[in-house]
Amino acid sequence: MNSDDKGRGASGSESATLLSVRGLTKRYPNALALADVDFDLRAGEVHVLFGENGAGKSTLISILAGANHPTAGEILFRGEHVRLESVHDARRRGISAVFQEFSLVPQMTVAENLFLGAELTRGGFLDKRALRRNAEEIIARLGFPLKPGQTVLHLTRAEQQMVEIAKAFRSNLSVLILDEPTASLTDRETEQLFKLIEQVKADGVGIIYITHRLQEIRRIGDRITVLRDGRYVATKDARTVSEGELVNLMTGRVISEIFPTIRTERGPEVLRIEGLTTARGSPVEASIKVHAGEVVGLAGLIGSGKSEIMRAAFGLETVTAGRITLKGEDVTGLSPRRMMRRGMFYIPPDRRDEGLVMIRSCRENMSLPSLDQPPFSLGRFAINRRGEARRANELAERMNLQPRRIERSVDHFSGGNQQKVLLAKSLTRAVDVYAFDEPTVGVDVATRASIYGFIRDLCEAGAAVVLISSDLPEILHLTHRAYVFYRGRVQAELAGDEITEENLLRHFFEREAA
Amino acid sequence: MSPPSRNGATADSRSAFHWLKLVFVRLGVLPFLLIVALVTFTLASDNFLTVSNLTNVVRQSVYLMIVALGQMLALLTGGFDLSVGTIVAITSVVGAMAMAAAATAMPDTVWLAIALGCLAGVLAGTSVGLLNGIGVSVFGVSPFIMTLGISSVGFGAGLYITGGVPVYGMPIEFGDIFGFGTLFGIPVPIYFAVGLVVLVYLLVNGTRLGRYFYAVGGNVKAARLSGINTRLTLFVTYVLCAFLAAVSGMLLTARLDTGEANVGASLPLESIAACVIAGVSLRGGVGRVENVVLGALFIVLVQNGMNLARIGSYLQMVVLGGLLILAVIADQIRLRYIAAMND
Repeated sequence: MNSDDKGRGASGSESATLLSVRGLTKRYPNALALADVDFDLRAGEVHVLFGENGAGKSTLISILAGANHPTAGEILFRGEHVRLESVHDARRRGISAVFQEFSLVPQMTVAENLFLGAELTRGGFLDKRALRRNAEEIIARLGFPLKPGQTVLHLTRAEQQMVEIAKAFRSNLSVLILDEPTASLTDRETEQLFKLIEQVKADGVGIIYITHRLQEIRRIGDRITVLRDGRYVATKDARTVSEGELVNLMTGRVISEIFPTIRTERGPEVLRIEGLTTARGSPVEASIKVHAGEVVGLAGLIGSGKSEIMRAAFGLETVTAGRITLKGEDVTGLSPRRMMRRGMFYIPPDRRDEGLVMIRSCRENMSLPSLDQPPFSLGRFAINRRGEARRANELAERMNLQPRRIERSVDHFSGGNQQKVLLAKSLTRAVDVYAFDEPTVGVDVATRASIYGFIRDLCEAGAAVVLISSDLPEILHLTHRAYVFYRGRVQAELAGDEITEENLLRHFFEREAA
Repeated sequence: MSPPSRNGATADSRSAFHWLKLVFVRLGVLPFLLIVALVTFTLASDNFLTVSNLTNVVRQSVYLMIVALGQMLALLTGGFDLSVGTIVAITSVVGAMAMAAAATAMPDTVWLAIALGCLAGVLAGTSVGLLNGIGVSVFGVSPFIMTLGISSVGFGAGLYITGGVPVYGMPIEFGDIFGFGTLFGIPVPIYFAVGLVVLVYLLVNGTRLGRYFYAVGGNVKAARLSGINTRLTLFVTYVLCAFLAAVSGMLLTARLDTGEANVGASLPLESIAACVIAGVSLRGGVGRVENVVLGALFIVLVQNGMNLARIGSYLQMVVLGGLLILAVIADQIRLRYIAAMND
């Protein structure tokens, strides 16, 4: 094993090893989450952790953040053996993590959140003035557009993340762990985050960065460590490693296996949205058309209206103007239940929040949209338990659910498999128009490939598919036509060869000249 | 010294502990409480473990059991109904007054009077659930506030109508049959309880509506996106809960032979306790009918046992409240075990 970093810890040079991990193992009663993993982090570098869901990234960072304890192995921090008892303990030593789920109190102000658990007091009372002053100092140092008095509730997701990051700077920071920090940020907010990372790096902080996005690795990564099935696979230079090589290391597959070619036989128009405006003000006077047998991409930043237009069509937003026509029938303002009966199915982006009943079984989740019809129904009110179980088993088979246990509750499955259950719901009834809203968020590459295959099958079987995605490669490789949204309006419509990265990105920000 | 046998012994005790833990995770705290209660009361009183006493327990538990079934529906959807006691009281008062009036107006048709009285009582009780349902589903009032408010409104209304005095004058047959009567040696109220348990079991496990209770309680947004009319589901929940409480109220009226505005005050606590001890989640989406039946039986069993052991009613309140909290704590520990088992 290569332990060439040893002994360099005391040199104090730029590449001094801050943190190193040897033979780290984490065993659960039924699973081995981490097996003998080595990892090291130098001062002033961004070290990317890469791997599929369930590869052990989350377990590794939760141990480093003090939230979890290893079964075996050692952690050396600045050359000394440490045992990180708790998140608080890790933070005291200068190791801070920003997880995907924020630990902020929405009703409190930015300043109060920054010093939550470490309140400044004076004679037993809160010293509000000192609190505000210190918060201002931290925010100013980081250059965030935040005000200490703002209530966290009213901040955007990106701003909340800034608060979470700022919390890490409360004490002397030496290791910053970021878990998919850009997952819900717009491109502009992502730029802001990257600038901050550059700045922090210059101060000698080591950053452990988890991402699924290949573009980000090239952009900000220095080194990259790939994990697979809880084991260490390789560490590479992030600037020179090719995407194909990374995907190969992570999955053992080649990249062309991921995006399928989708044949199109354009049928009649099935969905037409004209001049749609919602009560929320996004989209504004947007019009799109969708034909049977094609995949239509909706691209744009978060909040640009690309998701909202389909939510409105499905009856989840209040329509104030415009018309929605499904198979020639005016369906403006109908409820999700009625839209589903007429042949539209919307698959939401957040499976925990909107997609699945996490505490119930896969079987119940799959059948939920279609309990009113065979093979799930028995008469007018009753459920056909046997028919339901049979169909659920077939769907689990078709989606390749792992493990294939339909009676297990959904929250005991991995993220990728939860996504499969979510998609399986749309196969329980006859659907003419599928709307997939970010169908591959937080999903590993293998599942991603199978979801793309799923979309291909639907399209080639003659369904109309609307693919709402913030992931450019998805729009580029999978769609036959694409609409680009900007500030609630349809900025451009591209078809076939016009769908290039350059064309798409140009319309993401600019207003059309005419 | 014989190391092998000692090792065997510790392995045995460890596997026994592991087995107990599995039982706990699977079935919850109820089996343990039931065993403790049975052993304790059998030791405390010779009269406890007798056929006649246990039959008595089953008969007494009918009223709570039926109310707890309704309470379970509300809990499944992620809410609860604090007005079940008031519903029982309103049913009792209105049912008794209507029945007495009908009996006076047409003394010859006793059965018609009984039927009219029961209908009026159940309708009155169910209409309280209608109000709860409208408040919760249409106006989005939290179930806590809605049912708490309604329970005060209903209780006050019941006292106002009767002036706080019990309502007499129901036909004697009503109490004789529905309160004290037996059929094939089994008390009549038990038939009602069994029938309703079966109906609710079928509703919850075999119908679309039943599945929607779980879905709405588990994740209301996902339910809506799956094409479920979540408002209608919530509305029906509170109406059904009230209907069950109303039936229980009519049976209780028959047992007491009077209509009273004061009955049922302890039912909200007891019914929620019966459900929670039976593993119905306060967060919604989890719960089983058969366990709730056992939960209700358990609570009445404890009350019966304490009566036999000559423990006063004041102390009984202490025990009941303690059991409820204990059940919630046990549920939390159970969740922690489940998380640790990671499956």
